[in-house]
Amino acid sequence: MAAVSRYSWRALLGRALAAGRGWPTLWRRAEPRRHYDVVIVGGGGHGLATAYYLASVHGIRNVAVLERAWVGGGNTGRNTTIVRSNYLWDEAARLYELGLELWETLSGELNFNVMFSQRGVFNLGHSPQEMREITRRVEANRLNGIDSELVDSEALGRMVPGLDVSAGARYPILGASYQPRGGVARHDAVAWGYARAADALGVDIVERCEVTGIVQEAGAAVGVQTNRGFIGCASLGVVVAGHAGVLAEMAGFRLPVESHPLQALVSEPIKPVLDTVIMSNAVHGYLSQSDKGELVIGAGIDHYNGYGQRGSFQIIEGTIAAVKALFPAFSRLRMLRQWGGIVDVCPDACPIVGRTPVDRLYFNCGWGTGGFKATPASGWVFAHTIAHDAPHALNAPFSLDRFVTGRLVDEHGAAGVAH
Amino acid sequence: MLEIDCPWCGHRAEIEFAYGGEADIARPGDPAALNDAAWAAYLFSRRNPKGWHREQWWHLHGCRRWLVVERDTVTYTIRATHPIGSTTPVGVGGERE
Repeated sequence: MAAVSRYSWRALLGRALAAGRGWPTLWRRAEPRRHYDVVIVGGGGHGLATAYYLASVHGIRNVAVLERAWVGGGNTGRNTTIVRSNYLWDEAARLYELGLELWETLSGELNFNVMFSQRGVFNLGHSPQEMREITRRVEANRLNGIDSELVDSEALGRMVPGLDVSAGARYPILGASYQPRGGVARHDAVAWGYARAADALGVDIVERCEVTGIVQEAGAAVGVQTNRGFIGCASLGVVVAGHAGVLAEMAGFRLPVESHPLQALVSEPIKPVLDTVIMSNAVHGYLSQSDKGELVIGAGIDHYNGYGQRGSFQIIEGTIAAVKALFPAFSRLRMLRQWGGIVDVCPDACPIVGRTPVDRLYFNCGWGTGGFKATPASGWVFAHTIAHDAPHALNAPFSLDRFVTGRLVDEHGAAGVAH
Repeated sequence: MLEIDCPWCGHRAEIEFAYGGEADIARPGDPAALNDAAWAAYLFSRRNPKGWHREQWWHLHGCRRWLVVERDTVTYTIRATHPIGSTTPVGVGGERE
């Protein structure tokens, strides 16, 4: 029988009548060829989005995505799923806003439900100084055409039942910024959706393929050594998050990033009790409730460098203390699952996307704790950069050489975590 | 929770310490003589190894001295700790489990 290539209600009906048979696998288990126009190292959300936009926007389909483990098994599968674009500086706000606009049509674009839920994002302020900074950021967002509102504690109390907005709170909430178009998405679905869509356009996705060396000739990248042999390419894009430094060393240069554990956890599932996203810099935690009913909770990095995908327990204790301070009733909940990722943190809490000291080699890294929300935007601008051998206007400010010129873009405040 | 063998205080829990980043980075003696690339390398470039890492820790809730720790960034095993400026390892430590 004909395999289903496009999801639709008709396909669903047809497969139901065929007793569920005929659903194809989401992507081919491709055998790597000896040469591609573009090789992307890193099969997470960013890498797969890059491959998809290379194929769909730039018509470059002779592409391979090499993933050392399994698709979406890195940070894409380990984050707290928050999507927003309310960053302070023009450069960052415009890049994340591109991401948000792409999110808004992504399920339709990919023919795959990424479960993007625009339930709003609140960033709380607990002091007069925080409220001044929040006000400044809200006004900056509005000047950039980004939806952003100032909310006082009384309105917060009405909009978010359960949040402790009383004056007697240990860290009283004075107000918040609110981005209505922000929200959450199903992180695994994003990886799978981009992988399926890229594969359908002819991109080879090669899992269990680890890059062990970057091969150069006359100062230009010509391919990679892998555990499955040498794979040549005309252009090489590396987007491997916490392992960025490892790959950079293969190419003979250093990055201004350091890799840290970032932990997160979920509670037992409960009935719907939180219908938005709450983030607090000062108290230091952020949470939302998944459609399964679990509270999805995260906070800051472990301060030591780490590639172990785990961290120390006092970070979890501190995170839960923050959640309890915000929502006292949640103190009853049992935590179900806890894990960690490896985040590549940049000195200015902004990414590095662009060319490198090696010709035809492009790096996309440094997203730190905030990369998931940028998945579509990261892929969009990285694909442009590779296709044109020059950055898109939106990633031009995020070059590697800004650390030499001094044009850093400091988003520690809006990034919302204490690095 | 890591366990770190402070050269002065002995084995202590990680929460008594603050992390101080990569060790052995010498501040340039004459910053004005450096070009932008060299100054940027001093400020921002880091080894960030996947494996053994020499790093600084500060015993903030103890003797308040600084020490160098040799720790594997994948397994979090600590093979040596010693005072800054000394290359003689004193103790071991690592992950408490």
